[in-house]
Amino acid sequence: MSGGAGRSGFICDTDPEFRLINSFSMGDEVGRMKTNTKKVSIFAQCLVDAVYPEVGKAVENIFKQLNIPVDCPGEQTCCGQPAFNSGYFPEAEIAARHFIEVFENSEQIVCPSGSCVYMVRHHYPVLFKDREGWLDRARNVGQKTYELTEYLVDVLGVEDLGAQYNGKVTIHDSCHAMRGLGIYNQPRKLINRVQGAQLVEMKDSDRCCGFGGTFSVQYPEISTAMVDDKVQNILESGADTVVGVDMSCLMNIQGRLSRLKSDVKVMHVAQILEKNLPSGPISALE
Amino acid sequence: MKIEPELYKAKAKKAVNNSVLQNALAGLQERLGRGTALSYQRLPEGPDLRLKAHDIRSHAIEHLDILLGALADNVRQNGGHVFFAEDGQAAVNHCLEITEKHNIKKIVKGKSMVTEEIGLNIALERAGLEVTETDLGEYIVQLAGETPSHIIAPAIHRTRHQIGELFADKLGISYTDNPPILTQAARKALRKKFLSADMGISGCNLACAETGHIAVVSNEGNIRMSSTLPRVHVAFMGMERITACLEDYDILFRLLSRGAAAQNIAGYVSYLGGPKTDDQIDGPEAFYLIIIDNGRSRILADNDFREILCCIRCAACLNVCPVYGKIGGHAYGSPYSGPIGAVVTPLLFGINQAKDLYCGETLCGACKDACPINIDIPGMLITLRKKRAEGDRKWNVKRTNIMERMIFKIWALAVKNKKIYDFFLRMTGFLQTFFTGHDGTIHRLPFPFSGWTKSRNMRPISSKRFISGSKNIR
Repeated sequence: MSGGAGRSGFICDTDPEFRLINSFSMGDEVGRMKTNTKKVSIFAQCLVDAVYPEVGKAVENIFKQLNIPVDCPGEQTCCGQPAFNSGYFPEAEIAARHFIEVFENSEQIVCPSGSCVYMVRHHYPVLFKDREGWLDRARNVGQKTYELTEYLVDVLGVEDLGAQYNGKVTIHDSCHAMRGLGIYNQPRKLINRVQGAQLVEMKDSDRCCGFGGTFSVQYPEISTAMVDDKVQNILESGADTVVGVDMSCLMNIQGRLSRLKSDVKVMHVAQILEKNLPSGPISALE
Repeated sequence: MKIEPELYKAKAKKAVNNSVLQNALAGLQERLGRGTALSYQRLPEGPDLRLKAHDIRSHAIEHLDILLGALADNVRQNGGHVFFAEDGQAAVNHCLEITEKHNIKKIVKGKSMVTEEIGLNIALERAGLEVTETDLGEYIVQLAGETPSHIIAPAIHRTRHQIGELFADKLGISYTDNPPILTQAARKALRKKFLSADMGISGCNLACAETGHIAVVSNEGNIRMSSTLPRVHVAFMGMERITACLEDYDILFRLLSRGAAAQNIAGYVSYLGGPKTDDQIDGPEAFYLIIIDNGRSRILADNDFREILCCIRCAACLNVCPVYGKIGGHAYGSPYSGPIGAVVTPLLFGINQAKDLYCGETLCGACKDACPINIDIPGMLITLRKKRAEGDRKWNVKRTNIMERMIFKIWALAVKNKKIYDFFLRMTGFLQTFFTGHDGTIHRLPFPFSGWTKSRNMRPISSKRFISGSKNIR
């Protein structure tokens, strides 16, 4: 069930304290494209589709700004992560097969959620390890599935999207994006180029927020204690906005901030990168 | 100690509200969690040495039968005795026989988690023997009548103020919370115990098949004294704690010391080769090695879990785990707590019984990054959940959660058919109106989702979904 051997641990150069990051998949190698003409299929994440549509729209707008053609496969549902992480492999496999059928003819697949990308890239091969035909199809899809900030920075080589945002911004590093895919610098590079945005680091930005899928519902006391630490670190950073690359974690943080009646804004990185910010921050309201 | 992982939820709930514990755990993780990561970076070979260590340990586990045979031969050649104990009871009984044979009254113990696993202290005390733990943390825990809450730092849940009161009560000193004075008091009391003990008991960090000796690591020197001063030395080892040759120690002990305490190497590394020979002044007259299976063969036989036998029990995973950092070690109801405990406890004591240990983790992956052997703990947590979801005869796992199973069955129907999927979302969208407050957010969800809204609000499902509303839909 290993994510594979390879590089173990690297130092991120943006952190003055020598932030140490290992990664359980050892950070994926992503190649830079020479010409960025490939069409992008948006893999929206079920949570974005159903609860946070403005994040999906922000992703569409970013690609529009970059003149990159996109499509959004209408048949997509869920990648299967909830079932896989709960140990329901046959059910996860059903979702995975559907995902592969929907996306395998896409040129590139981009998703605004690190954990979903981790599922497709690293857990699909586990699910299909004894099914030869499906294993190849899963690997083929996994190879061209990217997390949004990883796609922008590592594949397209874009850091400045001409966006503007006035505020102090702090980043929560989602576990699967950071340890699983090696995503740490990418959102920071992008935010550093946003005019008016001041990036402030919170303590333990790489520590789990306590979401953990069904964990948050089944072990609410532990989960709450964890998200309270996260909230405290956000507040102590002095930031007025917290951003991330995964709506699941942000839903948890936002849900707690909302209950505590805090006015700290929660946003997906994509929303900050949109020019003129049409969608505004995530609130508990629709 | 009593194995009671089924109390996880209740004990965890208490722990998160214990501010003394919260401070202690935050301090521990701040110091050791970060320190260990930095110490891996300091390695001349770089952090990739962890992958090499994984190879060394895997190789040993793959050849366990041969290595254990060679170890036993070599220990006997050195004049020691070896006993293979199929389970904890056999190990305890054998130790009791040794105490009778050598007419033992007083025992000093170096730190050993495997003796906690088999409940050795209770059995020895019942037999009328005096047993004294000599690791400072273990000594505190023993005086307080508690069990260790961390593999390396057993008394981490206690403040120096509490320890001051405990020592005033049990050692008859006047109250102080000054750590050097408290340590001196323990040292004075323990010296007497060392000098009067007939038997020393230790664990074994790693035995060496090639030479037939065991090696133990400590920072207090207590294990060296426990194993060399008394006339009889009994060492307990889990059957997986072995390495092929002396060279392997170099990498493994440097990584063990970093994982355990962010040190380049621990203060004392003792290589113990059996009873003293005629030309030696120091050392025990008799040496016994008790090698314990107690469920490890079953782990060895299972490809999914064999890797966990590579663990060297450094506790680095405890020092970074955000869940351990909130609930502490006692919640796990086992000598093995934290991420390693969440895998090992179910495998040793029952996958059904200990289900909250592997379900009650977030799969954040910090444990794997901290592990000096790079063991895939998150992967094994998922595999344990899979065993529980599907049931497993070999592991005596019963499928228990009917409702959860139903939910995922229905979910699977929906995810492969967009029409059904959309129907469910529309239905949920309709039902949620009964739970949505005046401010447009959900403050209270029904069972089984009520856990979420105990402390968090929830945004309702949008009436304008992203995909169906997208201009780029294909």
